[in-house]
Amino acid sequence: MSTTVADLHDHHEDHGPAKGIGRWLFSTNHKDIGTMYLVFSLTMFFIGGAMALVIRSELAIPGLQFVHPEFFNSMTTMHALIMVFGAVMPAFVGLANWMIPLMIGAPDMALPRMNNWSFWILPVAFGILLSTLLMPGGAPASGWTMYPPLVLQTGDAFPFLIFSVHLMGISSIMGAINVIVTIINMRAPEMSLLKMPMFVWTWLITAYLLIAVMPVLAGAVTMLLTDQFFGTSFFLAAGGGDPVMFQHIFWFFGHPEVYIMILPAFGVVSEIIPTFSRKKLFGHDSMVYAASSIAFLSFIVWAHHMFTVGMPLTGQMFFMFATMLIAVPTGVKVFNWVATMWRGAMTFETPMLFSLAFVFLFTIGGFSGLMLAIAPADIQYHDTYFVVAHFHYVLVPGSIFAIMAGAYYWLPKWTGHMYNESLGKLHFWTSTIFVNLTFFPMHFLGLAGMPRRIPDYSTQFTDFNTIASIGAIGFGVSQLLFVGVILSAWKGSKATDRVWEGSHGLEWTVPSPAPYHTFETPPRARIADEAFD
Amino acid sequence: MLRKLFFSLPALGLAVTAKAEWALNMPKGVTDLSAETYNLHMMVFWWCVAIGVIVFGVMIISLIKHRKSKGVKPATFSHSMTAEVIWTAIPVVILMLMAVPAAETMIRLEDSRDPDISVVITGYQWKWHYRYQDEGIAFYSSLARSSIEARRKQSGVDPNTVDNYLLDVDRPLVVPRGAKVRLLLTSNDVVHSWWVPDLAIKKDAVPGIVNETWFNAKEAGTYRGQCAELCGKDHGYMPIVVEVVEPDAYLAWVEAWKEDAPKLASMHQ
Repeated sequence: MSTTVADLHDHHEDHGPAKGIGRWLFSTNHKDIGTMYLVFSLTMFFIGGAMALVIRSELAIPGLQFVHPEFFNSMTTMHALIMVFGAVMPAFVGLANWMIPLMIGAPDMALPRMNNWSFWILPVAFGILLSTLLMPGGAPASGWTMYPPLVLQTGDAFPFLIFSVHLMGISSIMGAINVIVTIINMRAPEMSLLKMPMFVWTWLITAYLLIAVMPVLAGAVTMLLTDQFFGTSFFLAAGGGDPVMFQHIFWFFGHPEVYIMILPAFGVVSEIIPTFSRKKLFGHDSMVYAASSIAFLSFIVWAHHMFTVGMPLTGQMFFMFATMLIAVPTGVKVFNWVATMWRGAMTFETPMLFSLAFVFLFTIGGFSGLMLAIAPADIQYHDTYFVVAHFHYVLVPGSIFAIMAGAYYWLPKWTGHMYNESLGKLHFWTSTIFVNLTFFPMHFLGLAGMPRRIPDYSTQFTDFNTIASIGAIGFGVSQLLFVGVILSAWKGSKATDRVWEGSHGLEWTVPSPAPYHTFETPPRARIADEAFD
Repeated sequence: MLRKLFFSLPALGLAVTAKAEWALNMPKGVTDLSAETYNLHMMVFWWCVAIGVIVFGVMIISLIKHRKSKGVKPATFSHSMTAEVIWTAIPVVILMLMAVPAAETMIRLEDSRDPDISVVITGYQWKWHYRYQDEGIAFYSSLARSSIEARRKQSGVDPNTVDNYLLDVDRPLVVPRGAKVRLLLTSNDVVHSWWVPDLAIKKDAVPGIVNETWFNAKEAGTYRGQCAELCGKDHGYMPIVVEVVEPDAYLAWVEAWKEDAPKLASMHQ
């Protein structure tokens, strides 16, 4: 393997980036494709964020001020689909594209043409999804969970919704195959599986989850399509079908999907915390086992999203106990991060600040997750703002903070320049304050009885809704700073190869910015250890 | 104008008291199971607080003490089997302490045998239909007129002046205090969910399926809830009101309803 790669490259000495738009359209370079994924994700983050602001503006005070209920429902639906499939997942694939080959000493992803294809499907998929906003009957408004029979009441947008979900699934599956093949086949000699960096590990596990569940989602939405247009009755009670079966199939995809969005985040912070603690990651191997356990458990807990649908008692018991078990490996991860910091020599650059906020605030999301696992209590929490608070805590200061931490951490390696640190810290503090202002009051709203997905509410919910709306606007504006910081990295001081004093791993042995082609001959995995210890 | 203000004053007073009752936490409710649910909720909450204090406490100590700026030399330890075993085993024990009472409540929650009254609840886009199985009483229950006026986009009506804005209906479900009421839920169109926080009941109404749950309210009063499962554009506008009345009053209500049934039925066609 290694000799073939080296031989091939002997024949392509002048292999730099192509000129013009062709460089991006036809790119097979993991760094270019990684960049495109990240830029795409950031764009979707702002589009999805704008929709969130429509939602929060309408909910700022009781009464209906700006939008009609149907459009409000479209906003919640589109916000979720765009953030899940357009912002969070592509951001992690972007980080994987950029960093996995650099971390394992591979010259590129294993299947570069498929890599190009899996990226370019995404703008098409989201072009289709966004175009539904202009269609008769409006954009999909049945929630991102697409429960039948409600989803079958979607207007002209319905087949476009299904088709765009299919495309997103195809893109994710191809990306996942690429990650697995790259990690399994293209690691530097001496890098055994258990020596792989945590980010690579968590992505390997995530990729298997993706391959396992994206086809299930594709199957579920295909059944919706045939129910609507081809006379089947998979989910239609009138034809002998079962609407609840869709929920089972959807959440069999949906729960592993939750971990697809958080495991790579675990990986990112597991890289960053050791760097800025100047200490090795505590319990590397148990972190690997914990991530694997979480992945396994994610397949047997799906019906905890469905405690109110009317399951048999034994079923509810099983899903309650299995769900509670997830707290154990998740706890192990948190304890190991804290143990990594313990007696380290910490400094607090922006990536570290985001990672620390991740540990704090993800843990708060974990606590509310544990509360939600208790089935009798979940009957009260289910479909309220308590759930909205819970999943936004694990997704925004969870996944998204980890993505931002990763962006700050590797930005100097990508651009060759340091970003503006004070601007970065400002971005961190405004984001952290406003994210809590937005989502913490939602716990109270849910406990006090406010259902989710409603455009208007009774007046006793006013105060916390107003606070949440103010927080949301603040959080949205803060993200403009993020763009500013990224742009500042083109003008900043020159970055060294190692960038951070405490960084470890192969990615820091290549120059900053990382040249267009790296590791054309495989490095020895121990190079990094020898260079940095 | 003065008249309008005069009438809205008691409503404002109500809104303030309602706010105080609902503000931060789950209601204890008025059934044994709602109290049990509340206790479970608080038990897990306090466990989370305790774990949080310890974990965040250690982390904060570390953030304060173990800084490079304080001249700390980083330690070199990177694993400990003992530590991993301890922080795997302790959470397992805590989880078992939570799981046992949760399972006990779960079992009671599912036991809807021997009801005193059975009501069939059917969800419609966007109202509820109640049918008392043995009493022959049946009616629709929709959003109250006062809220219908105010809910329209830019209606010009301040929701604060509307009594129980979006939480009032034209016709509540009436049940006697101290009776075991079994609810049989289904739907005529899409999935709805019948939720009244004070009764700790949330159960989906699914087309083609009949779900079952029950409650036994210990205190007379008016308890309000909403549809909890997204069911289309007016999902936010199909509230639930349950009037729990003394048994005598309930019997009187049943009698009165039977006399007026033909009239009421025609009114609602």
